[in-house]
Formats: sequence, structure tokens, C-alpha cells
Amino acid sequence: MTYVAIADRDHEQDHHDPDTFLTKYVWSQDHKVIAIQYGGIAIFVGLIALVLSLLMRLQLGFPNSFEIINPESYYQFVTMHGMIMVIYLLTALFLGGFGNYLIPLMCGSRDMVFPFLNMLSVWVYLLSVLILLASFFVPGGTTGAGWTLYPPQSIAPGSPGVDLGILLMLGSLGVFIVAFTMGGLNYVTTVLQARCKGMTLMRLPLSVWGIFMATVLGLLAFPALLVSAVMMILDKTLLTSFFMPAMISAGENLSYNDGSPILFQHLFWFFGHPEVYIVALPAFGIVSDVLATHARKNIFGYRMMVWAILAIGGLSFIVWAHHMYVSGMNPYFGFFFATTTLIIAVPTALKVYNWVLTLWQGNIHLRVPMLFAIGFIFTFIHGGLTGLFLGNVTIDLPLSDTYFVVAHFHMVMGVSPVLVVFAAIYHWFPLMSGKMFNETLGKWHFWITFLGAYSVYLPMHYLGFQGVPRRYFSMGSTDFLPESAQMLNVSITISAFILAAAQLIFLYNIFTSLRKGKKAKPNCWGATSLEWLAPDLPPKHGNWGHHLPEVHRWAYDYSVPGQEQDFTPQTVPASEVPVGREHGVEHD
Amino acid sequence: MTITLIFLACIMATIIFWLLRQTFNVQPWVSDSVADAVSGNSLNTKPQTIALTTFLAVATSLFALFASAYTLRMNMPDWRPMNEPMILWVNTGFLVFASFAYQWSRWSVGKLDAEQHKVSIGLGVAGLFSLLFLIGQLTAWQQLNENGMYVSTNPSISFFYVLTALHGLHLLGGLYVWARSVIRVFKGTDIKSIRLSVELCAVYWHFMLLVWVLLFGLMIAT
Repeated sequence: MTYVAIADRDHEQDHHDPDTFLTKYVWSQDHKVIAIQYGGIAIFVGLIALVLSLLMRLQLGFPNSFEIINPESYYQFVTMHGMIMVIYLLTALFLGGFGNYLIPLMCGSRDMVFPFLNMLSVWVYLLSVLILLASFFVPGGTTGAGWTLYPPQSIAPGSPGVDLGILLMLGSLGVFIVAFTMGGLNYVTTVLQARCKGMTLMRLPLSVWGIFMATVLGLLAFPALLVSAVMMILDKTLLTSFFMPAMISAGENLSYNDGSPILFQHLFWFFGHPEVYIVALPAFGIVSDVLATHARKNIFGYRMMVWAILAIGGLSFIVWAHHMYVSGMNPYFGFFFATTTLIIAVPTALKVYNWVLTLWQGNIHLRVPMLFAIGFIFTFIHGGLTGLFLGNVTIDLPLSDTYFVVAHFHMVMGVSPVLVVFAAIYHWFPLMSGKMFNETLGKWHFWITFLGAYSVYLPMHYLGFQGVPRRYFSMGSTDFLPESAQMLNVSITISAFILAAAQLIFLYNIFTSLRKGKKAKPNCWGATSLEWLAPDLPPKHGNWGHHLPEVHRWAYDYSVPGQEQDFTPQTVPASEVPVGREHGVEHD
Repeated sequence: MTITLIFLACIMATIIFWLLRQTFNVQPWVSDSVADAVSGNSLNTKPQTIALTTFLAVATSLFALFASAYTLRMNMPDWRPMNEPMILWVNTGFLVFASFAYQWSRWSVGKLDAEQHKVSIGLGVAGLFSLLFLIGQLTAWQQLNENGMYVSTNPSISFFYVLTALHGLHLLGGLYVWARSVIRVFKGTDIKSIRLSVELCAVYWHFMLLVWVLLFGLMIAT
């Protein structure tokens, strides 16, 4: 029997056309609405995490000047800021948001393969966010154990939020993992099995490759977080001793035995390191597409880019213990993990070279999405290079738990992916809304964000070299730190506030553009990939009208010599390509 | 973590090898009429099968990580091997029968002249033995409780409770799908409409049996 692609089964598919407000916008099974729901929730909760970081900066810049910030609340801010940003903002936004929006459109499908499960995914995600936010309002407040939730302090008396706070955090993570798994099954199945005719795997845009591989990583790595969450809940509630060692607290023997905190660290980082790439791989893919489109040039080394994504995905599972050098380990293990960590720099560097070579002699249009994409290359190189320092055991030991580490991971998996998020939002905003954003405001947003990020994180490297430890509420007076360290902290705090204020420009731009923005032209950037070729702007339910697209080429036919236009959409057959004058730099 | 690493290495190697095969020697920038005619599904199977396979990989990762945690934790000095209740052997038998019954249903429903009563009997037996397995597991818990072996008594016992609970929850999830098939059979729906469900459930039951045998083996061997 000839098997018909799911995307091609035009008449067999139940398109679950929504006909009421509730089914169209609330209980929607349309991947585009679900994507925007995911994105809206993620950005909302991300703004909360941003405010928490500002509160931390207030304390660090102006110690003990604000009554609402005490040591307990400071640790709670640290914990919630980290966890929200990594899991509930970035993971949810890249996979739930962009994954949902882009996969069916870029694959030429009408929707995800399991729309109901997809809808369930976003609502379960919302539930996980509500559980997390509920912990702000319970007695004792949120957990203050640090985003890594290391035992024993995460559940031992004395830590903030040790009662309900930690339980709600662990419960919320469990629920999030369920939501992610529902979404992940959809992304994998849709990419593998619901592409339109002619869309071979190697004709997929790199955004889809990045999201696909990140989903595979998430599906295999999130169980480690679930395992550790389940066991920690049991340690807390039923007094098992999976992770909790024998302890005396306030003169009293706690009823724990020889539990192993190191076991938790292994499990946590077995999830935690792939998590870096769960966030990074979609960003890698998206930035590749934005760069190629706005440089009017095919992505340099497409196959290498795909293989690099695969290699990074595979290697990311065997580097986790580089987060545990200071926990103590067999020196041979240290050698092994340092080696694998440095090896992963090879495919990553390959991607960076290819982005730069894509720009080389390209017809670069410095529009807002392009500015953010180029900004990403800077911050990612910067964060990646400091990763080479920390990947080496001997250099990591003195730098561990200093602000150098804070600067490193914020540059590499905070600032860099967030710049890509902005690039992606500006790039696809016309498609999602049918409106154009204000270019001037967008450029202001970029420059303040880009320079602001550097003025926040660059000085932190120096603080780290000076030996300023991270996670300290207050340094007090120390011999080894010069007074200038505190001056630097004041400067960082002021920069952080300016950086945060710039995000208001972004929100203002988005909301006013939604209401009053100029109407976007179809395929306003002259892109080749399928999402821009939908008959409606923004694409309607079912995406493609009566007929599904058919693909005849890869997604990077930009500035092909001898062709009239400087881009050839994926749906144009070889025989129909307009041949004419050589295009030049005059395109806009 | 060796168990997890071996497992993940196998899964990642399979995925990466398969993807490399799709991408090797392909020059996507060259016009290719063969590629133009390719239908957009990479595997000649139904999406539900891919979804189940993916879910099984996730579940395997979960159990493998628990097994790794188990082997790491058992090196600590407070670990005391537990005496597993004998009823677990009986329970294992129940799950074997359930798995066989589901396989029989799968064969029956896959035939061109699929007979409704054979499928019904197969499903009924599979469900019955699965429920017996779950009841048996709860009985094992009760026996442990009566003998003073509580969840926090020793980490080996803690692991026993956690692993059996987790495995039981997965089986309950399977029974939800099983119940939907049974309801459709009793309503007289065309037997072919539950074919895919029965086929996938049979695979899931075999997986549940395999996981249980490995977990049980790990527990009695340590």
C-alpha cells in the first residue's frame, strides 16, 4: 500500500475548525494560537523573573538600603529568577512558542499531528506556572535553595521556603515536564511524519532542525529532573534518605541516614547540561534563518550546520559533570568530562564560523531582526570563549562560584538566546500579526539592550577574577576586594535598570504596532521558507487554504546568480524560476 | 550513571545514525526532481506509532535514570538489601499472561477476517491479568507494611516503593487506553477501528513487562 503523507491527506484530516470565541482563542487546537498562548505566558512569567533580578541588583549595588530585601528574600529572588528564566521562559518560549508556530508552517503541514494533545500541553504548562507562582503566596514563601535546588539545604531547616515553597517548586517542575512531553511528542511526530510533498529532511530550514533536536534532547533529559524531583519530594514528605545525609539541625538529629547529595547533583546536571542546548539549539537554528534572509545569502555550509546540531545534541549528554568539578571526583573522570566539554566546542565553533561566513560578502540589510542576530554572534562568541576557561578543571576550580561563572552563563545562555528571541519576534512579527513594527523603536531597543547587556556582564568577569563569590547577599568588609569592586557593582545595577527599561520600549512597540502598525506586505523580507508563502497574512486556520504547498528546493536560494529575483521561494519549480538580470545590492 | 549512559548512547547513536543516513551525500542546493516527488513522511508508519516509540524512549530514560540512581545509592553504607515478597513472582506471572493476551488480541485483530469475540476475549484477559498484577503489587506493599518495612526504613525499600509505584502508574495509563478499546468493542464498533489501538497497546504491554522484569531483576540481585 502506498503510504500517503499526513500533510497530503487533505481531505482525510479533521481540521477541527473553530467556530466560537472559546474554541478559537481559548481552548484552541490551532498551533498558531497555542504558540502565542505559550509565548504570552512565557513572556509574562519572564517579566516577573526580570523584576526579581532587579531586586537582587538593588541589594548588590546598594547593600542593605532596602528593607524588603533581606537575606532570605534575596535567596528566594535568586532561585526563582534562575528557574523561571531557564525553564519557564526560555524552554517554553523556544519550543512551546516558536516550535509550535514554526514547525507546521515551515514543514508545510496544516497543524501539529495531535492537536488536542497540543492544546493540553499549553494548559498543563499554564498549570505548572500557576503552581510555581502560588509559592510566592504560601507561608515561608518560595524556595531559596538556588536554582539548582541542591540538597541538603533545599529541604533542611534553615533555608527559606523549606516547607511548602520547595514542594510547590518540585511539583511545578513535574507538571512542566508532563506539559513538555505532550508538546515534544507532537513536535517530533510532526517533523518526521507531516511534511508536505517535496520537503525532504535536508530541505528543512535550520530553525526546524534546531527545534527538532532540542526536543529530542528535552524528551531524554527532562526525565532526569523528574526523577530527582520525585525523590526529593519523598525525602521531604516521607523522610526517605535518597539525597539527605545524616544531619544535626539546631542540636537535633534529623531522621535521615546516608543519603547522597552528590547523587542529586548527577541527576540534576544530567538534565541541566542538555538543558543548555535545549535552549541553544533552537536559537542556533532561528539565527541561521534570520541571518540568511537579511544577508540575502544562502546559509554557509548547510550540511555542516545540520551535522553540528546533531553532534552537539549527542555530545551534550556526556559533559554534565563539568558542573561538578568542585564536588570532587576521580581525576580521570575530570579529565574525561573536560575533554568532552572542549570537544563540544568544535561543532559549536563551526556554527559560529558559518554564521560569520554567511555574512561575508552578503547583501546585508541592517534591519532590526538582523541587528539582534548579529548581536547574538558577538555575545555567543564571548560567552562561548569563557566556557573554554570553565571547561578546564584547573581553571574552573578557582573561578567556580565566582561572578565569572555568572557572567559566563548569562552571556551564553541568557543574553544570547534572548537576543535570538527578539530577532525571531521582530522577524516573524509581520507574519504573526499582519502588521509592521516601528523600525526606529526597534533599533533603539536593540542598541540599548546590546550595549546594556555588555555593561552588565562584562564587568562581572572582572569581579569574578577578583574572587567575588556568587550567591552572597552581602560581602561586608573583605581584605581581598578593593573598594572599586563595589563601585563596579553600583555601575552594573544602574546598567541593569537601563537594560530593563529598554524592554519597555519593546513591549510598547509590540502593543502599539498590533493596534496601529502599518499593514505588512506578504513576505515582506523576501524570504524563501514556506511560512511566508501561506495564502493569508497572518496564516488562517489550516494554514494553506485549499491546497497544500509542494516544495521544489531548499530554504536558502538567496542571490542565486542569473536569476531575476534575489530569492526563490521553496515552492517554485526549477522550470519556473524567472531568469534575467543579475540582481545586485539594490534590493530592499 | 553507567546504565543511563549506555542506554542514551544507544538511543542517540540510533537517532544520529538514522538522521545522518538521511543527510549524507545529499546536496539540497541542487535541483532534484526525485526529491520533489518525495512525500513528507520519513518513516512508513503511522504517526501514533512514532508517538508511542518516542514515548517509550522517554519512559525508558526515566526508568534507566532510576536504575542508575539505585546503583549509585546502594554503595552508601546504610544500604540493606531487602527481602522481596514472594508474591512478586506471582505478579510477574500475571503480567506475562497480560502481555501474551494482548499479543493474542493483536494477532486476532490483525487478521483479514478478524473475529470480534476473539479480540474481546484477548482484551478481557489482558485487562484482567493487568488488574491482578496491580492488586498483587498493592498486596506486596501491604505485606511490607505489616512487616515494618516502611518507605523510609531503608533506601532499598524506598526504591522498591518508588519503582513499583511508577511502574504501576504507567500501567494504569495503559489501562486507560485499554478501557477505551473495551468500551468500543462492547458498543459494537467495527473491530478494525480499534486495530491500531490494540497493536500499540500490545507493544506497550510488552514494554511494561520488560521494564518490570529488569527492575525486579535489579532488586532481587542486589
